[in-house]
Amino acid sequence: MALAKRIIPCLDVENGRVVKGVQFVDIRDAGDPVEVAKRYNEQGADEITFLDITASHEGRETTVDTVRRMAAEVFIPLTVGGGIRTCDDIRTMLNAGADKVSINTAAVFNPEFVREAAERFGSQCIVVAIDAKKVSQPGEPDKWEIFTHGGRKPTGLDAIDWARKMVELGAGEILLTSMDQDGVKNGYDIGLTRAISEAVHVPVIASGGVGNLDHLVEGCTDGKADAVLAASIFHFGEYSIPQAKEHMRQAGVEVRL
Amino acid sequence: MNTVAVIDYGMGNLHSVAKALEHVAPDARVLVTNDPQQVREADRVLLPGVGAIRDCMAEILRQGVDREVAEAIASGKPFLGICVGMQALMQHSEENNGVDCLGHFDGQVKFFGDDLRDADGEKLKVPHMGWNIVEQTLDHPLWAGIDNGSRFYFVHSYYVKADSRAEVAATCEYGVEFDVALARDNVFLTQFHPEKSHTAGLQLLKNFMSWDAKS
Repeated sequence: MALAKRIIPCLDVENGRVVKGVQFVDIRDAGDPVEVAKRYNEQGADEITFLDITASHEGRETTVDTVRRMAAEVFIPLTVGGGIRTCDDIRTMLNAGADKVSINTAAVFNPEFVREAAERFGSQCIVVAIDAKKVSQPGEPDKWEIFTHGGRKPTGLDAIDWARKMVELGAGEILLTSMDQDGVKNGYDIGLTRAISEAVHVPVIASGGVGNLDHLVEGCTDGKADAVLAASIFHFGEYSIPQAKEHMRQAGVEVRL
Repeated sequence: MNTVAVIDYGMGNLHSVAKALEHVAPDARVLVTNDPQQVREADRVLLPGVGAIRDCMAEILRQGVDREVAEAIASGKPFLGICVGMQALMQHSEENNGVDCLGHFDGQVKFFGDDLRDADGEKLKVPHMGWNIVEQTLDHPLWAGIDNGSRFYFVHSYYVKADSRAEVAATCEYGVEFDVALARDNVFLTQFHPEKSHTAGLQLLKNFMSWDAKS
């Protein structure tokens, strides 16, 4: 018996509604984020990640309000990501009731922001989101690179080096998304997940590509992830959290039942 | 009216714990405060804390929270310390090259280490983050309605080892066995975050809000 692998449903939220980008293009609606989060909380989700994809300033106000309402009813850890660029953004989200914030693009453009954030708020609430894509050709040793802008812009940064650097600067956790797998539903990039998880001492959340419950198991066992994140398989009722946990338990993965 | 003072000394996010207290005790008054008068007048006191111990201890001393804590403990009113709010009540922490703490409980705060491994030799991540099994080692009113072995949510890189086993209310295992709840008289301390631990955590907070600290 040991620390449980965490199952984290992810809510992609735009203008106060849950949506899910399939490869960041096709978007389907899954409802009110507070209702969705409450449902996951009751089902036994171990954490909730709330990814704000709202572009407009007015929309951001809606997001803060949504986080506030969610935090008043959901008593498991809540991570908020998307558009976190300054320490003021972090403070706003923590004050609204988030337990952690996830920093993505801002870290790429200004790595020192991660250090500043960790020193000010503590590493325990600073998650760095890494969007990586495989850039090696078949037959070459595996190599992944950091991409920004929903996977459109390469940065030339090696994913493993980048993860190490983020942890050195104070990241308390890595949210690792494979941009090749995201929305494809044929499983996490296991090679990437394992490489990053073995390279850093902080927990790694695997993300991108879950299509069935075996994928969650593989993320934890072969991928050595500490937590597994999924969105659409839960939002559209294909599987429930208890089903996922039971499946993982039967496969020998330690979960909180 | 049942009033609880959540001591706000600028370290971390008190929203979660305040919301959770309001949720379990809708008729109570939850004050997030650093006003010594309000802390003194409250029926029960909660000391939270996140982040590095050096910064926490510096703020505790600078703002006179050490006196508020000492007074609350001496008064006999129910007192709950969470996470760094537990560690701050020990004698000393290894964090930040060694920091002296308030010393209300005998024992040390130690680092999990850079090469923490489980029984099978698998490397363990630090911080210890997530849901782990809490073994209750003491009968206590704050455990009422909570199954022994329930999982609670943790996030920490340093752990408490108390000198007196009689004061240990629960233990947990993560590479090492360590103390995750301490209890003495009117004081109860937890390393885990009850406010983030769903059903079991909310039950503990509910128990705290109705605890008379006499049993």
